[in-house]
Amino acid sequence: MRLAGRDPILEVERVELRFGGVKALSQVSFSVPEGSITAVIGPNGAGKTSLFNTISGFYRPQAGTIRFAGETLDGVAAPERAARGLARTFQNIALFRGMTVLDNIKLGRHAHMRTNLLDALVYWGRARREEMELRAEVEERIIDFLEIQHIRHAAVGTLAYGLQKRVELARALAMRPRILMLDEPVAGMNREETEDMARFILDVKEEWGTTILMVEHDMGMVMDISDHVVVLNFGQVIASGEPRAVQSDEAVIAAYLGAGDVGEIARRIRADAA
Amino acid sequence: MRIGTLKTSYAADEALFDTALQRGLLVALLVAAVVFPFVASPYWLFLACLCAINVASATGLNLLTGYTGLVSLGQAAFMSVGAYTVAVLEIRLGTPFALNLLIGAGLAAAIGILVGIPSLRVKGLYLAIATIAASVILHFLFSHWTLTGEARGLSMPPARLFGIAIDQPFSLYWLIMPVTMLMVLGAANLLRTRIGRAFIAVRDRDISAEVLGIPLLRTKLTSFAISSFYAGLAGGLWAYFFRVVTPESFPLDNSIFYLAAIIVGGMGTILGGILGAVFMTLVPELLKFGANWLTPIYPDALSALAPVRTIVFGALIVGFLIFEPRGLVEIWVRIRRFFHLWPFRT
Amino acid sequence: MDALFLAEVMLAGIGSGALYALTGVAFVLIYKATRVVNLAIGEILMLGGYAFLGFAAGLGLPAIAALVLAVVTGGLLGWLVERSLIRPMLGESPISVFMVTIGLGSILVGLVQLGWGADPLRLPEFMPATPVFIGDAYLAPKVAVGFVAAAVVIAAFLALFRFSRSGVALKATAGDQGAAYSVGIDVPRVFSAAWILACATAAGAGVLVGAIGGISPTMGVFGLSVLVVVIIGGLDSIAGALVGGLLIGLVEALAGAFLGGEYKLVVTFTLLLLLLMVRPYGLFGTHEIERL
Ligand SMILES: Nc1ncnc2c1ncn2[C@@H]1O[C@H](COP(=O)(O)OP(=O)(O)OP(=O)(O)O)[C@@H](O)[C@H]1O
Ligand SMILES: [Mg+2]
Repeated sequence: MRLAGRDPILEVERVELRFGGVKALSQVSFSVPEGSITAVIGPNGAGKTSLFNTISGFYRPQAGTIRFAGETLDGVAAPERAARGLARTFQNIALFRGMTVLDNIKLGRHAHMRTNLLDALVYWGRARREEMELRAEVEERIIDFLEIQHIRHAAVGTLAYGLQKRVELARALAMRPRILMLDEPVAGMNREETEDMARFILDVKEEWGTTILMVEHDMGMVMDISDHVVVLNFGQVIASGEPRAVQSDEAVIAAYLGAGDVGEIARRIRADAA
Repeated sequence: MRIGTLKTSYAADEALFDTALQRGLLVALLVAAVVFPFVASPYWLFLACLCAINVASATGLNLLTGYTGLVSLGQAAFMSVGAYTVAVLEIRLGTPFALNLLIGAGLAAAIGILVGIPSLRVKGLYLAIATIAASVILHFLFSHWTLTGEARGLSMPPARLFGIAIDQPFSLYWLIMPVTMLMVLGAANLLRTRIGRAFIAVRDRDISAEVLGIPLLRTKLTSFAISSFYAGLAGGLWAYFFRVVTPESFPLDNSIFYLAAIIVGGMGTILGGILGAVFMTLVPELLKFGANWLTPIYPDALSALAPVRTIVFGALIVGFLIFEPRGLVEIWVRIRRFFHLWPFRT
Repeated sequence: MDALFLAEVMLAGIGSGALYALTGVAFVLIYKATRVVNLAIGEILMLGGYAFLGFAAGLGLPAIAALVLAVVTGGLLGWLVERSLIRPMLGESPISVFMVTIGLGSILVGLVQLGWGADPLRLPEFMPATPVFIGDAYLAPKVAVGFVAAAVVIAAFLALFRFSRSGVALKATAGDQGAAYSVGIDVPRVFSAAWILACATAAGAGVLVGAIGGISPTMGVFGLSVLVVVIIGGLDSIAGALVGGLLIGLVEALAGAFLGGEYKLVVTFTLLLLLLMVRPYGLFGTHEIERL
């Protein structure tokens, strides 16, 4: 299915992000067509996570604009971006260890709930209604879908890595995403887990109509499921387009070959900065 | 032995007391609380009221420190705001006690929010010090303001209901205990809504919470507000209980006491706040008991009581942090687990 | 305003500021090495005063011997505390560790009360009584001695940090514990040394403070002012402790002279609140960058 004709839901225009002397992103521009799966790839330290953090409002870029669903995100605080439908998972799992799986997932809905302090204290009327609706929806649409019924009451700290990643996805789904940003969803997973995750991602797109933007190093998966690929290297977009076209792009191959030793590159960037 | 509980509906699964055993215990406790004032001596009623006031305040602090991860050494100062407000209103205007309590708590919450504002920028110890600073400033204010009776403080008339003075342990019990129970219930309710989840999210991973749609400042201020509201309410009850409020009624040591109570009881659990506050209130009494009992053998026992209390207080904090960091609750959980599996495990 | 009076007040302020700075350095030493916020520093200082009283008045030792023994007592306490209370808390949340030191403070207060009662006591006189004049301004001799002693100890510390191997080990440990381990620094020993040195210093400061103002189980509130000092200076900055100490000493003296003694604490804490709004990590403190 090609979606080239669709309007972009997310547009990144000439974004610049610096940390002291390190240029994490320079003149980054690309757009994500609504309803697509777009992958951002690039060697370690290329700036992919920084890009996600900028889009979700955790970092403020020095220049450039990001537009989401036709509206600018300039000056919009992170929680408000989440409320508008920008949901994500994290490269280093960011689950809340003091909560059960169920509560972690429910937490994702925060921005869409209206319960205030008074409602909460008496737990009657709105608070109870919202909580019950949320519980039912989480159970029926998310927990069943991601096949995590058996761990719903478990403490997240006790779960295997793959399951934790799945819970993070569940929490992001509870955020009612219009765009779902996944930072390395299958990193550290075995073949079977990777295939499960790929299936979930495709299902989310098909069944929920959610646009997906993901960072991923697993080229097999990127080639299999994405409609559109953006390649970052040293903070710059060096190629973008359909997976096959990108795969045979000279600059991309050079970037990946050059990145034979990723640690070395990271060191070089840091040395340049100093 | 209990076999895995089978939930029939989500509502049942979300209930506060979800097993028959828990509900049974709860009913037993409620019955005991109702019967207690009719059988207990005024001394025990006095202690029960004191415990209840401390439970109310500790529960508030637990929401802030145990659940939201913001350390405060200002809980006693927030209590003093409630206590002074109640005293001033009672003396000057003679307004109904329920209204006074609410205004006192509201004022404490407002000041709590003010104190909480730096919490967006300053963390951990720095925040704790900021709350000490607020306590010092409030103490200064109360001991220099004519309205609050300067260093002498205020003596106030008792609360009245339909013209009857609530000034005996028995009647005070019926004022303090229900209010505390409602407060604890409110806190437990709060924690099963989005607000409670946001608190925990801020505590566990402050930085990713924002990206997940949880506004940090707002959540932290909510936590400060509710926690100091609880402190203010507890302070108001305290004022009606002792009827004398002075600048020395709520020293920094009391703020440490509440922090110690939730540590000893178990931070971040409602039951922990309750157990800790009751335990820490009763320990000094227990020591007094011991000293009285020792006097015939060791005549100086009573004069050593004050220092020994101070030592035991410190030793409890240190001991629990090192040997049972999850507090009395953990001990309780272990006991319960033992009995659940009892016939099958030795 | 009388310029001479102002000068005398400021001199006295700098004098007591030096003692704040000295105790502040002890605090920072522990924080730098072990990341522990030691709220019991005021009580350790108090214990130093009582230990001196015990050795000098109780055992009738000469003042110098009593001073040395008080400092040694402080060091021993530091060693004991680090071993028995702080080391088991390694890896626990900073809040828990800081509560442990609060508990420790309470234990020390209780012990002192048990031993010497709750009333304030005077230390035997051991300092010269000849008045000191700087220009025309009079300075109480004890305050002058306190200042000189504090200055000497602080200077010795600075030299130690800069020029000795242990200073380097301390700096490395403060920077990155893991890295310090991997280059062969005995990190637990650094921890231990920091506690011993800091508590010995605090105990010595306690003797000076006690000689000037007497001792009592509540003199631990001195620690509250020290807390303000190190927060203003920045928890991990020795220079900050010096500047902060003198600043708070001055502010307290001025507030005490022109507003009244009961204004001291409220003025310094208000200052602290204002500063925290502008510079959340103190004047010289470092703060860590956060990443997702
Ligand atoms: N908060 C920060 N402060 C300073 N530098 C940072 C920060 N965050 C990222 N960087 C730097 O920006 C560059 C890009 O890092 P980023 O994490 O975005 O890379 P990445 O493409 O996600 O790499 P990986 O594939 O390893 O996850 C790196 O040089 C990194 O060190
Ligand atoms: Mg990354």
